[in-house]
Amino acid sequence: MTDSDGTGPEPLIDVRGIEKVFSVRRKAGRLRRVREEVRAVDGITFQVPRGEMVGYIGPNGAGKSTTIKMLTGILVPSGGRLRIAGIDPARERTRLARRIGVVFGQRTTLWWDLPLADSYELVRRMYRIPDAVYRANLERCVELLDLAPLLAVPVRQLSLGQRMRGDIAAALLHDPEVLYLDEPTIGLDVVSKAKVREFVREVNADRGTTVLLTTHDLTDIEQLCRRVMVIDHGRLVYDGALDGLRAAADGERTLVVDLERELPPIEGVPGARTVRVEGPRQWLVFPAAQSAAPLVTAVAERYPLVDLSLREPDVESLIAELYARGATRAEPGRTPDGQRAPA
Amino acid sequence: MWCVAVAAGSFRRYATYRVATAAGVFTNTVFGFIVAYTFVALWAERPHLGGYGQAQALTFVWTAQALLAAAALMGGGGLEELQERIRTGDVAVDLYRPADLQLWWLAADLGRAGMQLIGRGVVPMAVGALVFPLALPGDVLTWGWFLLSVLLGIVVSFGLRYLVALASFWLLDGSGLSMISGLACLFFSGMLLPLRVFPGGFGEVVQLLPWAAILQVPADVLIGVRTGGALLRGLVFQAAWGAALLALGRLVQSAATRRVVVHGG
Amino acid sequence: MADHDRWPAVREGWRTAAAQGLYAYGLIVRMWVRSTLAYRASFVMMAVGNFAACALDFVAILLMFSQIDALGGFTLPEVAFLYGTSGLSLGLADLLLGSMDRLGRRVRDGTLDVLLLRPAPVFAQVAADRFALRRLGRISQALLVLGWSVTRLDVDWTAGRLLLVVLMTVCGTAIFGAVFTTGAAFQFWAQDAAEVQNSFTYGGNALLQYPPTVFAKDLVRGVTFVVPLAFVNWLPALRLLGRPDPLGLPGWVDFLGPAVAALMCAGAALAWRYGLRGYRSTGS
Repeated sequence: MTDSDGTGPEPLIDVRGIEKVFSVRRKAGRLRRVREEVRAVDGITFQVPRGEMVGYIGPNGAGKSTTIKMLTGILVPSGGRLRIAGIDPARERTRLARRIGVVFGQRTTLWWDLPLADSYELVRRMYRIPDAVYRANLERCVELLDLAPLLAVPVRQLSLGQRMRGDIAAALLHDPEVLYLDEPTIGLDVVSKAKVREFVREVNADRGTTVLLTTHDLTDIEQLCRRVMVIDHGRLVYDGALDGLRAAADGERTLVVDLERELPPIEGVPGARTVRVEGPRQWLVFPAAQSAAPLVTAVAERYPLVDLSLREPDVESLIAELYARGATRAEPGRTPDGQRAPA
Repeated sequence: MWCVAVAAGSFRRYATYRVATAAGVFTNTVFGFIVAYTFVALWAERPHLGGYGQAQALTFVWTAQALLAAAALMGGGGLEELQERIRTGDVAVDLYRPADLQLWWLAADLGRAGMQLIGRGVVPMAVGALVFPLALPGDVLTWGWFLLSVLLGIVVSFGLRYLVALASFWLLDGSGLSMISGLACLFFSGMLLPLRVFPGGFGEVVQLLPWAAILQVPADVLIGVRTGGALLRGLVFQAAWGAALLALGRLVQSAATRRVVVHGG
Repeated sequence: MADHDRWPAVREGWRTAAAQGLYAYGLIVRMWVRSTLAYRASFVMMAVGNFAACALDFVAILLMFSQIDALGGFTLPEVAFLYGTSGLSLGLADLLLGSMDRLGRRVRDGTLDVLLLRPAPVFAQVAADRFALRRLGRISQALLVLGWSVTRLDVDWTAGRLLLVVLMTVCGTAIFGAVFTTGAAFQFWAQDAAEVQNSFTYGGNALLQYPPTVFAKDLVRGVTFVVPLAFVNWLPALRLLGRPDPLGLPGWVDFLGPAVAALMCAGAALAWRYGLRGYRSTGS
């Protein structure tokens, strides 16, 4: 193994064209069944340097969790090359396990029937964490995640938010270099969400822990990640800065105008179209890339304008736009600093 | 009527567990073989033990395997779910529903039993009949009486299991009682050894207990040792235990309901 | 894939996997024992229940013998000897690996994935999970029956014969353990088929506690040559009891227990590896 500690020039997470092909049996007619190949992950390439925090998003069934399962060594890729800190997850699963921390929002990695403290004790021994490191990490997690009153409680009795905090702590006790968070805020209340985000941000900043975050809640991404990767139909359709999404998605901006009185929908403004009329207020959409100034001028020249405001597209609609365009035009193989998906 | 819908829903639900059913049939059949051979040896030694001939004893074995799942001879049978709902407090919601709790679960249990009688009963019985000389009745009427007796047996089985489940209102951990109740049923139903083979006064007492109504009576009806007056007495015996247990269940249920109301769930 | 660095890693992997597995197994078991003992009353009740469940089986045998003097030509102490040896082996295997029949459920609810994230062999984790001390109930019940039968049997208990009892218990445990493991491996494909392995474990036990003379020759052949459960106790016990074996096999076959156990364990290990590999490539 070259560069097995991942400190060299090789990125901590190095994914080159990985694929996962499942063969599923589908009913065809009464008794016949047909074998079909499903390409859940269809050639994904990306690198994550040490210390980065990356959001990984995509619609249900896009291949997100399949990717995570390959990165963590649960599933073996059907093709491509994959190294985490120089380790091949498929072949050295247990060695990799000591270097990564994983939190699944949907299921716990703790021992369901044991008190939280016992679970941590097991983690300590199983990962053979040195005493001093363990004590420092546990203390820190207990303090930051308010775990003290929960330590004696069996995991099955914890609420979702409590369990999630407990899980995050368990994933960090052995000082992992990479932390995978799969839907860490799913089903949590606003306060718990904020607490979890705050903690993750701190772990990343203080420890330099590399974080890969999948989520449905785009607020998680907006608050935590500068870089975001979007997967759809098993392919990366975007890999770059969060800000770059706007350009990539050809998002639309909205101009909201208040007129003096109710009028028919505004017409004849080049590049814009009226999408909604409500009394004297009207909504016009236009491409995000286009300047708003000529538009405002055009409206003001022909209509009795009282007030106006401009709305940027939100991340949610941008992503929806990306999904809608589909993955067919995307090609794998973007570098981490690639600012936009190929179109 | 909603009872029918509940039973039908439960029937369909158990019909979806195909692999589990196949696995259960396999296990029932294997156990049937093992017990059948030991009974052959036993009856070879004592040809008219318990008033059965060898073919009748073998029929008893395969009837027991066929009814094992349907009559929940080892306990369980879906009522663990009620126990869990009581433990978590979800049952409070059920109690406020217009449908009666006991009737609801009885209907569900009958649906389950119906499915398991077909899914897990027919194949072991057929295999047993192919390999061993069984004393199965040739007339439809006896089969009819047998099915009625099975139905009554399932009601008795339900009555007992329902009481065990309701005990969770008062017990912190109901698993101990479930276990004891399952063991009692296994032993006193005749699953391990026909009650008629039990020696002396003990043998007579066990035939009066409710568990005798679950397997021993239906098996005797099928084998043909209960005909005429004995058949009628058997059915009345079953019906009496069924009614008594259901009534007791009602009583306990209303006490439990008061408890839920007082404690607010 | 670079193959030149593969073999040293694999060899090293085998050695460390075994050590890691034992270590993790011990850790998890200790944790479960501790947590079991924290609820002592509940533990005692479950252990007594486990004991009683097994004892009822023997009560049924006693009831049979209240009506007869011999079953298949075997006296009560002889049947009790078969009962005790088989029950002890199954009890030990059940204690050590009995939780493996939950594998199908783990695959279904996805908790198997979690085990793949930990730095320990999955086998050790599955085997140790929910380690149930209450299974000592079966073991102690079998030991009682075995102890009673040893005092009643008309056998000259030399050191060699006692050693044979110990050896057959160890081999029997290994054979039943292999069945538990193979059954679990089977659940990688048929997740709801947990009950099938009951046929071979509990069913096998029910079979072995009666004399082989009771059963049809084909059945005895089946459990000798196909699923060689006969090596758990039948063959060595027949020799100890000075009885002929109904299949008329050569005498040295009675001592093949260790070889059969080793072979079955190897087969079970392969089945497990194959099943786990399949899971890791399909995720189901």
